[in-house]
Amino acid sequence: MSDMKKENLNNTKYDIPPELQGQVSITTLDKIYNWGRKASVWPMMFGLACCAIEMICAAASRYDTARFGMEIMRPSPRQTDLMIVSGTVTKKMLPTIVRLYNQMPEPKYVLAMGACASGGGPFKEGYNVVSGVDKYLPVDVYIPGCPPTPQAMLHGMITLQRKIEAEHFPDSRWYSKGSLEAVPIPVLGPDIMDPRQFELIKEQSLARLAEQEENASQVDSVEQKA
Amino acid sequence: MTEQVLAPSSELLTRFPEVVTADTRKSYEGYLVDRARLVEVATYARDQLGYDYLSSVTGVDYMPDGLMEVVYHLYKTTGGPGLVLKTQTPRENAEVPSLVSVYPGADFQERETWDLLGIRFEGHPDLRRILLWEGFDGYPLRKDWKEAYYEEDGKPFKSRWPDAHVHRAEDKNPYQKNNSYPAGFNPETYTPEGDAALYASLNRTKAVYEAKAGDMDSDLIVVNMGPQHPSTHGVFRFVVALDGETIVGLKPVVGYLHRNHEKIGERNTFLMNMPYTDRLDYLSSLSNNFGYALAVEKLMGIKPPERAEYLRVIMAEFTRISNHLFAIGSFLNDLGAMFTPMLYALVERELILDIFEAVTGSRMMCNYFRFGGVARDLPEGIYEKMRELAFERLPKQIDEIDHFLSNNEIVRSRAQGVGILTPEQAIAFSAAGPMLRGSGVPYDVRRADPYSIYERFDFEVAVRYHGDVYDRFMIRIDEIRQSIRILQQALRDIPQGSIQEGKPQYQVRVPAGEAYGRVEGPKGELGFYVISNGKPNPWRYHVRAPSFINLTAYEMMCTGNKIADTVAILGSIDIVLGETDR
Repeated sequence: MSDMKKENLNNTKYDIPPELQGQVSITTLDKIYNWGRKASVWPMMFGLACCAIEMICAAASRYDTARFGMEIMRPSPRQTDLMIVSGTVTKKMLPTIVRLYNQMPEPKYVLAMGACASGGGPFKEGYNVVSGVDKYLPVDVYIPGCPPTPQAMLHGMITLQRKIEAEHFPDSRWYSKGSLEAVPIPVLGPDIMDPRQFELIKEQSLARLAEQEENASQVDSVEQKA
Repeated sequence: MTEQVLAPSSELLTRFPEVVTADTRKSYEGYLVDRARLVEVATYARDQLGYDYLSSVTGVDYMPDGLMEVVYHLYKTTGGPGLVLKTQTPRENAEVPSLVSVYPGADFQERETWDLLGIRFEGHPDLRRILLWEGFDGYPLRKDWKEAYYEEDGKPFKSRWPDAHVHRAEDKNPYQKNNSYPAGFNPETYTPEGDAALYASLNRTKAVYEAKAGDMDSDLIVVNMGPQHPSTHGVFRFVVALDGETIVGLKPVVGYLHRNHEKIGERNTFLMNMPYTDRLDYLSSLSNNFGYALAVEKLMGIKPPERAEYLRVIMAEFTRISNHLFAIGSFLNDLGAMFTPMLYALVERELILDIFEAVTGSRMMCNYFRFGGVARDLPEGIYEKMRELAFERLPKQIDEIDHFLSNNEIVRSRAQGVGILTPEQAIAFSAAGPMLRGSGVPYDVRRADPYSIYERFDFEVAVRYHGDVYDRFMIRIDEIRQSIRILQQALRDIPQGSIQEGKPQYQVRVPAGEAYGRVEGPKGELGFYVISNGKPNPWRYHVRAPSFINLTAYEMMCTGNKIADTVAILGSIDIVLGETDR
């Protein structure tokens, strides 16, 4: 980060008295805070499918995410600030994923790794597959690939670091007044149900029922005529 | 195991006239059994004919005939070809007797058939949905069941090809998601069924234990592990009932990665399924390719040329090594040796993945096999790399891993004598691969029913006799050594020549019929049951997934052990959720 170089730190619009130059640095709170945060991302140890294997490879010796300050993986959502959705999100798994996301402390980020997490991938049409985790959770970075190579994974994480670096206190949703609302947890019914869509589901399925009844009565009348 | 002279299976016809008839449909094999006497016939096949190993159970929906069929593939653990039994039932209120009493390994497979096809198994002790959840609307593998993004019965969809219209499936759905609900459904008054059936099942096991324990005043604790747990190798979940720290009941819950392989597979054309098989057991994609290619080649009646056969064996054995390295690493992770052994194992695995990437174009999802051959020949310089690995590096590294891990005090005390599976149990529960051989049953499909060119190679079937976690760990090291032996011979003998029988083509013509292709995958016997009706898409596409079926014995192996051992036992089974849930 070029802004954090020593020369730049001392080269601000504020006048630093000559006796303090070289000892006192002036920067913005955003910069120093984000700089600290970006190199200490703790991802959740959370593998869904094939991509999880590449995530493990990225953390292992050849690719080594530790070089970028994100090697500490924690299985508990309470200790993490990054959820790597590494694989196909299924309807059966979705309530758990949303619950895990809600349990993560803020600020929190979601990284959709691979085609499945980003948009359903090859399994998009499947009856038990959620076509993209962004239908339910806010995603920060998408990594393409099936599965993405460890290099792509590293690139995705560096992209996330850039995003963190560019954050600005007054605009971040974590630091505004009031706590963030939890994402409503989907319910497993005849199909997965998003609580935000209950009204729509009711409306649509009643409309379908009416349509079916109408068709049935038409068939009846045709039969009667015959 | 009976050591008698085994009668030919046509004995079934004479022994059970009228009940058993030969399946005379064109290119079909096996026998049709009247469902009323299925249990009797199966018992006879097991006890008198020696078909003691139930490989696969699956259902087929013959909608045009108004029939459901359940197909059983039986084998002998002494080797040789199999016996296929089929039983039919009407589609409405489909019901056949359960074979769990004869073959306990049918347990999960019958539950899966009930879950996906809606065939009820009369007499099954615990018939619940397994891959989907209780309350799911319908039975998705029935031919008249349509998913929310349904377009047509078979690909390529007319909307996409040949005119190449691009549209998002989301835009056609009112919810912008691939959801659909029954007509008249009201989510506000709906109560989800949740895990009630699961806990009812666990309570039955608890009640049996409590009755045995007498009136001792102790409460059982129920613990949930997963689906988000670092030691469950993905999204596997199980619920245990504990007396103190001792396990008295355990119910695995799978399906958190159910990606609808079979439904999508029946919409795809035959070749389109090849990359999907990569994603079954994503640690050993080339073995999966192998099994599927064998099944379809059986139907097509073709054989790959010599060089392709050698390439297939070489790639499959490299896959086995890389899979076992990963299995050993993650098993040590589970025991608490967090990540150091894994790092060493992954170094070697990366070298093998480099070869895969160079030859097939991808590290993990290789998509390398084609019907009647393989996709590409070796690029320049790779043959030398393979030789270097197989002759120099891998043997040394395996010795090192063996040296540092096998005699380790902690590994021994955590693993020896834990999670014992006797040979009789292993066969009865249809355990496969390292689980079966770790229990003293020398059964390896490469030897028992040789496919491809495996009968040419000199190797031993690795077998160990204690049936505990330690033996299942050691058997993987043994198998890596045997794989290296096969690799050395294959690399020495590989001929020059063509790698594809006939012209490579996207749309293969597969004659009508059925075929069951099975290979010895790293996790165990991997089978593909494919039915073609002459159309571009398979009518039925079923995967006999060893990870899934190996879990059938998991409850029995854990019962009586301590809670901390569940993780070690699970690690020794070596499941991959992509294959367990499909």
